[in-house]
Amino acid sequence: MSQERRGIARAGSWLRGAFAPFVGLFVVVALFTVYGWVAKPESQFLSAFRMALIAKQTAIVGVTALGATLVVLSGGIDLSVGSMLALCTVVLAQALAGGVDPLAALGLTLAVGAAAGAVNGLLVTRLRLVPFLATLGTMLLFRGLAEEIAAQQKIPAPAPAWLGGLLDPPAPGSAWLVCDGVWIVAALALVLAFVVRRTVFGRHVVAVGSNAATARLCGVPVARVQMVVYALGGLLVALGGVFEFANLSRQGNPMSGVGLELEAIAAVVLGGASLGGGRGSIVGAMAGALLMTTLRSGCVYAEVPDPLQKVLIGGILLAAIAVDRRRAGASP
Amino acid sequence: MNGPGEPGVLLRVQDVTKSFGATQALRGVSFDVRRGEVHALLGENGAGKSTLLKVLAGVHAPDAGGMELLGQPYRPRGPAAARRVGVAMIHQELCLAPHLTVAENLHLGAERARWGVVRAGEQRRAARAVLARLGHGELDPDTRVETLPLALRQVVEIARAVAHAARVLILDEPTSSLGEADAARLFALLAELRSGGLGIVYVSHFLDEVRRIGDRCTVLRDGAVAGGGRLDDCDDDALVRLMVGRPLAAMFPRVPHGAGAPLVEIAGLGGRRAPLDLDLTLYAGEILGLAGLVGAGRSETLRCLFGLDPVRAGSARLAGGRPLARSPRASIAAGVGLLSEDRAGEGLALDLPVAANLTLSGLGRCARGGFLLPRAERAAAAGHGASLRIAMRSPDQPVRELSGGNQQKVAFARLLHQDARVLLLDEPTRGIDVATKAELYAKIGALAAAGRTVVLVSSYLPELLHVCDRIAVFRRGRMVEVRAAADWNEEDLVRVAAGGQR
Repeated sequence: MSQERRGIARAGSWLRGAFAPFVGLFVVVALFTVYGWVAKPESQFLSAFRMALIAKQTAIVGVTALGATLVVLSGGIDLSVGSMLALCTVVLAQALAGGVDPLAALGLTLAVGAAAGAVNGLLVTRLRLVPFLATLGTMLLFRGLAEEIAAQQKIPAPAPAWLGGLLDPPAPGSAWLVCDGVWIVAALALVLAFVVRRTVFGRHVVAVGSNAATARLCGVPVARVQMVVYALGGLLVALGGVFEFANLSRQGNPMSGVGLELEAIAAVVLGGASLGGGRGSIVGAMAGALLMTTLRSGCVYAEVPDPLQKVLIGGILLAAIAVDRRRAGASP
Repeated sequence: MNGPGEPGVLLRVQDVTKSFGATQALRGVSFDVRRGEVHALLGENGAGKSTLLKVLAGVHAPDAGGMELLGQPYRPRGPAAARRVGVAMIHQELCLAPHLTVAENLHLGAERARWGVVRAGEQRRAARAVLARLGHGELDPDTRVETLPLALRQVVEIARAVAHAARVLILDEPTSSLGEADAARLFALLAELRSGGLGIVYVSHFLDEVRRIGDRCTVLRDGAVAGGGRLDDCDDDALVRLMVGRPLAAMFPRVPHGAGAPLVEIAGLGGRRAPLDLDLTLYAGEILGLAGLVGAGRSETLRCLFGLDPVRAGSARLAGGRPLARSPRASIAAGVGLLSEDRAGEGLALDLPVAANLTLSGLGRCARGGFLLPRAERAAAAGHGASLRIAMRSPDQPVRELSGGNQQKVAFARLLHQDARVLLLDEPTRGIDVATKAELYAKIGALAAAGRTVVLVSSYLPELLHVCDRIAVFRRGRMVEVRAAADWNEEDLVRVAAGGQR
């Protein structure tokens, strides 16, 4: 192989490797920036304002995608996260509206999320339901519960700034640049990336997803790993529910999170995961989530009409997955 | 050379050869099937029987040599083409659509229809007629195949072949999962078809069975015809000698070792289908071989002992009282390791790196407080990689990229890494080259010399005879005989495994 071809091959594998979602992100940002220079000289795309906005909008999808990455890595899928988020957000609002101490209300919300995830885990491990169908069922179930708890109304509730202001922009001139929620998600992403790559539990998750029979043969407690993964996913969704409450200016809306499961899974797949399990990256999924919000934000900036926006995002998602399949050369 | 239309000959195979890569599976095989006969194909595992069947059924095209069907050149482009001209194979794993009815399966791919609408009544009538002809008139054509027991599904598959005017029927181990009564019924059916003028190629390991149903036989060994003729003219001893009489490769390095104290006590162990009521003691420093036909319950015994398959009766415990046969996790903790015979499906996570595969059952050795120590992991992979001479670029390389022999070494190295005291090896040398086999034999011998216990399941008899200290033979789920390896020979092993009489 000539020097030049080796260089191309290396660049190619770099493009297809862990950096792929970042490359996509860079391309999207570059496109809109150039578009801004040409068509909108009065306002540039990458203003501090827009970056903070994009970061904030990524927080909810991002924290959900963290859990979804674990679930997909373990060879499962969770379609119920959108409904679960609605359930958590109304539980939080109802508790706060009922005068529960904010810290206790937060604890309750996280517990509800973990429990909801554990229900999915039980369906998959005990009843041996296919994850797709199990979570399709709980998707309806959780949504119904959320509507019941909220009596199909939005619930406004008082909340202290540390809880209700999680997604509020920092004070002008503050060194924090973006809202607290974004920093929480970023910190969690770093912790989980470490867990996946450097802990026994993380290795077990990957092994179960890659080949459950091998994992069993090697003494990995397969069912327990799956339970923990779904419960952890639920816990992260609950945090998303808290963000949603803050995002809606301290309201719990039982209709929140519709379609969130698809956005989360899209982010995970854009981040290089295989829906067959065993392959995926926490950091990649964050880049995937960021890519999707940036696209949407860019479309608004470029005044792309809403229907076209959906076509565009759908097309990009399909293209990304098609490229991924070609690289993996494997079954879905 | 016989001209076309030679009386009686349906299918003639002439000097067929077939290679896969470097291995020559068939070397100049000739035989013929006549009208109204059952022709038995015999041979050890790996003798080339399956390849020959696949060539007959159109799955593989021969590299050289030719075939004739009724005096005409026969070169099927695939199984469907073979069926069209009347050569049908009944597989060990039956090929039926479980959710369709008997009648629908019989006509699958050749539906009777008008304007694209299936004429269900006509199909039902035709199905009833065929089934009645086969002596199974009681079978309702509207039954869904998934509700039928295995024996009847086989009947449906045979009926499908007959309904499509098969002239030659190929059966691959048709009784391997049938009980005595169903097998007898199958023989009656085959006798009926034979008297109707069909030619039947019949593959089986059971000598008694072959005698009951067969007219002539051909014995394959190492891809060539070792002999054959009318079954009435050859006794069991002659057949067995034809099957196993290969020169032994001087390929078995022996590391001196001797059996020590009892290490595992198995008492009345029973699984779902096998083992049945197994009593056995394993000793430290011994290599025990398990011989038997495919499906005799050897793998199931290992899997039960390891806790992978459910235990229905009895128990197994380590000397010192620690129970086994609970779960893989508990077994590994007790110092037992299993090498799966299904390397791709179970043994290895092919997409994960060598290091991750190698350390998975002993991750605790590469972790502290739940945190992985990547350096320890890579060192373990590199160390075992060097000692077993695993050809890999780095411990981070996905196992899928390694050759079969090197993949097997990774699976084996996993047991070394977890430091198993009892190693349960299920067909450890299947599908790997001779040099790698010799390396593994040496390693197994060294393990025994170090006081470990090795249980070796193998279908390769020279391996059992030369590597093991004792050999236990399994037949239909039961351990029927244990002797020191020196007191066995290949003929005896085959005879006891197949249940033939001396």
